[in-house]
Amino acid sequence: MSKAHNLLPAFSLKNNIGEDISFPNNRQSLICFVKEDCPTCKTVMPILEACYKAFGDSIDVHLVGQTHAGNLQLVKQFNLSAPMLDDSSLKVSFAYDVEIVPTLIRSDQEGREIERQEGFVREDWQNLCTTLSNDLGLPAPEVDWEQFPEWRPGCGSLSVDPLIADRLQAEAENSPLRARKIEIAAADDEFEFMFDQGFTDGLPLVPPTPERVVRMLTGTRRDSQEVVAIVPPNMGDATIEKIAINAVMAGCKPEYLPVVIAALEAVCTDEFNIHGVMATTMGASPVMVVNGPIRERIGMNMKLSALGQGSRANATTGRALRLAIRNIGGAKPGGTERPTLGNPMKFTMCFAEWEERSPWDPLHVERGFKKEDSTVTLLCMTSGPTLIVDQTSLTAPQLAGSFGLALANVHHPKAYMGSDALLVICPEHIDTLLKDGHYSKEDVRNRILEVSKRPVKELLADELSGVGIPADRFAAMPEEMQEASLAKFRSPADIHIVVAGSDAGKFSGAFHGWVTGPMGSIVVTRKIEE
Amino acid sequence: MTTILDPTDERVPVARQLSPRTGEIVGRLALLDISKPKGSLLLDRFESTLQQRLPGITINRYAKPTFTKPAPDELRREIKAQNDFVIEALAD
Repeated sequence: MSKAHNLLPAFSLKNNIGEDISFPNNRQSLICFVKEDCPTCKTVMPILEACYKAFGDSIDVHLVGQTHAGNLQLVKQFNLSAPMLDDSSLKVSFAYDVEIVPTLIRSDQEGREIERQEGFVREDWQNLCTTLSNDLGLPAPEVDWEQFPEWRPGCGSLSVDPLIADRLQAEAENSPLRARKIEIAAADDEFEFMFDQGFTDGLPLVPPTPERVVRMLTGTRRDSQEVVAIVPPNMGDATIEKIAINAVMAGCKPEYLPVVIAALEAVCTDEFNIHGVMATTMGASPVMVVNGPIRERIGMNMKLSALGQGSRANATTGRALRLAIRNIGGAKPGGTERPTLGNPMKFTMCFAEWEERSPWDPLHVERGFKKEDSTVTLLCMTSGPTLIVDQTSLTAPQLAGSFGLALANVHHPKAYMGSDALLVICPEHIDTLLKDGHYSKEDVRNRILEVSKRPVKELLADELSGVGIPADRFAAMPEEMQEASLAKFRSPADIHIVVAGSDAGKFSGAFHGWVTGPMGSIVVTRKIEE
Repeated sequence: MTTILDPTDERVPVARQLSPRTGEIVGRLALLDISKPKGSLLLDRFESTLQQRLPGITINRYAKPTFTKPAPDELRREIKAQNDFVIEALAD
């Protein structure tokens, strides 16, 4: 990578006798980054000392060492008179993009980079010395070049050590972090502190340190300060950085971050209506279904226990969405979130569709995306998954009939035409549906509508239950409506169908929706930008 | 010492100030139905009771399109422009 003619960052470092040394200093400079445990650095030390003796009166020669103790050792071992500067904080090494030691940089008097060399190539170093000697009109350094190897690779700079680089990035001037820093005193327990601050869903959080958030941000190419959503009820700005902070707390890996971002964008649309979803006393919750190639790439579970615990990608991605809504939007139980009972999906509910085990178009393709797109679909559900146990149906119409009977109970056996539902069909049930040939998703939906249909007269409120059509409304109906039957759902599209689960077991699952449509929540799918 | 980054929107809540109490209620009063079932019944009662007790007020009725979503900006602006007081009814 050519850095020629770039203005190098200014610095001020202490030398080995405690004096402050600044760069640039209105003179040409030769700066060499070294560390004590690098054999190549030790090889070049006598050359650097000779350069200092030859040119030190006319140019600045800075040896920049990366550990305090190592610097003292180098000074002693090579009896250096050249100043050894202490960059044990590694901030200058980081700012100079030093990846290898030794890195030798020559600059002009304004501090512009003229030349940079990594490792040791004898001919190049010798040429540099000759050039300097000619430019300055000074004798060449006293170096017996034949005594040196022709070539030696360098070692990794400490500033790119994975354990240190994230901290350096977080502290650097061009840091992607802008969020308010909260300092937790040494005597305080950071986990207890986060509980006290109300950041959590009731479970412990991973402390979102600047290093962890910087690492999380490597999961996306998007700018850390881009506002991707406005989160109600506080109408808080969801920047990529804020989402990353909540993703760290939830326990996500960086590669999950794009899913969380897309999910938050989806729920903050007018269609999904996250404000109403969180506020309702019915205790609704977003359910995330992931489709496309990202499922495999980030290790999402779509098979055994797909809707249960045990998968980090499933569990933490769903949790990150909920924490972002809580912390950025301010939706908290007892505040604007007011579920009568709530449900465990409010901690997390995210899984992937087992597209390869499905005979049909997967959810995202049905919803207008390409098969090779990675997407997340957000559905608002109030309960689930409730199990549909059918180990005995042998034909598709029988099994789809079971689905219809089970879904007729969404919310209440007499509550009709108000909600939607998510049906998760397990692989063994798929096999039953296909046993006698083709059976489409539309066939499943139509069978559900057919089986769940009830005569209006059976849906009246009565002594058995006050839920249903009130007597006065029934009386006011035209006779033909009184004699008609109602479907459970307004439209086949209100029955969302995906495939997931292990290969063993004839148990599908149903999630019950909330109020579907513009008065409540509408399903939203977003493409995941990686 | 551990440093963490603030996961919230960093808004310091601004303490809301109560409107000044003048000791009398005159002017324009908005009754806002949030569209929960039977909210309109509650507001009907309010309207007739308040008309009897406070002859100096004019009552305007409004309704949110749905209780599940915040009131649209336009409705909020309209209520603010046309009224001095608001009573919002939640019922079920």
